[in-house]
Amino acid sequence: MLNTETNLPSPDDFYEELVALHRDLTPEQSRQVNARLILLLANHVGDPAVLREAMARARRGIEPAGGDATLPARA
Amino acid sequence: MASRAPGEPDYQRLAFRYEPMAGRGERRPVIVVGAGPVGLAAAIDLARQGVPVLLIDDDDKLSQGSRAICFAKRTLEIFDRLGCGQRMVEKGVTWNRGKVFVRDEEVYAFDLLPEGGHRRPAFVNLQQYYVEGFLLDCALALPAIDIRWRHRLTGISQDENGVTIEVETPEGTQSLACDWLIAADGARSATRKALGLVSSGRTFRDRFLIADVRMEADFPAERWFWFDPPFHPNRSVLLHQQPDQVWRVDFQLGWEADPIEEQKPEKVMPRLRALLGEAAEFELEWVSVYTFSCLRLDRFRHGRVLFAGDSAHGVSPFGARGANSGIQDAENLAWKLGLVVKGLAPETLLDSYDAERVEAADENILASTRSTDFITPKSEASRDFRDAALDLARDCPFARRLVNSGRLSVPSTYRTSPLTTADRDAFAGPLEPGAPVPDAPIRIGGREGWFLDEVGGAFTLIVFAGQGALPDTDALRPDPLPLDRIVVTPPGQDGDPPLHARAVEDREGLLARRFDAAPGTVYLLRPDQHVCARWRSFDAAAVAAALQRAAGGEIGRC
Repeated sequence: MLNTETNLPSPDDFYEELVALHRDLTPEQSRQVNARLILLLANHVGDPAVLREAMARARRGIEPAGGDATLPARA
Repeated sequence: MASRAPGEPDYQRLAFRYEPMAGRGERRPVIVVGAGPVGLAAAIDLARQGVPVLLIDDDDKLSQGSRAICFAKRTLEIFDRLGCGQRMVEKGVTWNRGKVFVRDEEVYAFDLLPEGGHRRPAFVNLQQYYVEGFLLDCALALPAIDIRWRHRLTGISQDENGVTIEVETPEGTQSLACDWLIAADGARSATRKALGLVSSGRTFRDRFLIADVRMEADFPAERWFWFDPPFHPNRSVLLHQQPDQVWRVDFQLGWEADPIEEQKPEKVMPRLRALLGEAAEFELEWVSVYTFSCLRLDRFRHGRVLFAGDSAHGVSPFGARGANSGIQDAENLAWKLGLVVKGLAPETLLDSYDAERVEAADENILASTRSTDFITPKSEASRDFRDAALDLARDCPFARRLVNSGRLSVPSTYRTSPLTTADRDAFAGPLEPGAPVPDAPIRIGGREGWFLDEVGGAFTLIVFAGQGALPDTDALRPDPLPLDRIVVTPPGQDGDPPLHARAVEDREGLLARRFDAAPGTVYLLRPDQHVCARWRSFDAAAVAAALQRAAGGEIGRC
């Protein structure tokens, strides 16, 4: 189960490091760093149920306002 | 430069003569529309069961261009059963390994057949016109197949008794009647259009250039895939070897590329020079620009019309799941239709073709869509994760498993099929009911051979012998359904098979290992070499029930 209680020994230190990680980066560079970070952490967690729970919580409350680049196909 | 073997026909340039139809008014058991790999395989498989087949094609040539080039192990095993596997393998380029490069660094390599004891390799590469040519040679040797070129289907109607089609020929339009029609007429299926049916799915916003190049080169016979290589920055490239010193290079171009311009030699040659070097000598053999879609028909059986191959479903080329799955459609359909035509199984058996192959198509579409999401990301976030995985793959092993340049064709397991009987007894290992059985080296009648050559074409009962008496399988009375019986003996032991059975020696013990078999273990196989059911000991009633179920006996009652 996804642990949403405090698990970080020093939350303020972590938060500062996370923000500092993106210092001097363009938004695009930051996206790259975030994507790598997500993959690294996801592999470390490993448990598909926990990851699914985390993904659902991350997405909660966001109304989709985009689309994808594929086109409907009919033949 | 060396090209075709001496004396070998130029299959790409053969033109077949139009011949008018003999016996026009005659109603045929089966018409197959489309003499591509799928239609030819279906026709051969039916004819080998003694079912007369009329095979029609709208033009008079085999495949123009190399098109499908990667033929998977399972497809080769089907070709073996049809009688042309050896020729395909002798002509084809055998390969088992793939490599993935990011920029100029190799990040991931895979071996698709890491164990020995199989007759066929993971893949051979062979131009589609050779595959069609070799299949056609097989078909021409079968008197039950009647082939007519330049017969274009323009209309179709059906009722509960049969199908009538209109075909346009050089001599005008005529009607042909049949009991069953197999539509193997490709992605732009005329049969599908004539019936007003629509395949639906997604098209990916990307374009790819295929360039077949004839040259002397020393790349190994492996599948090489580059993401963002220095010679084609920000996009992907795929390289494959074909026979006759031909190499397939597949360049990702992006959605904005102009498909007409990109086929011109002045655009293609610089791309090739960037890969092959300024000094390389080569000639262009075939060029094509394509986009792709993942799509399928809702159902593959529409009354007496059965869709197989690209007419039924489409995938991206990454994974070689198009032609390979089409050949599996043909094999799945042929034994069922054969039994129905001969009155040995109810028509409802054909619904299992629909169930099994629709599920297989979905499996292929899923694998293909996942590969496409990696190669052609469909959103910014998707691109970010792709780029992240490629970057991490350089030093993080887990990320190499995320890199997806195509997950290559493997046969489907008909786990949930109405024809499959679930295990009652305990079995370990990867083989399961509904799966095609693995190959293994055997000895039969004093000569060395391969297990898969001994099964298929009919239902087969396999009994693993050991200590003690063999069960009396003659207690089975499946008549009139033909049932082959094989007794497998351990390495070094000759069998003395009972009446109506053949003895096969498991010469390296691999068969028992791959089947997780102990003395007494019994397997029932379908005519397409998939497992119907298995038991730890012979039980005549259980075998008879599984056989009846697999021949469509229970479908109507489900």
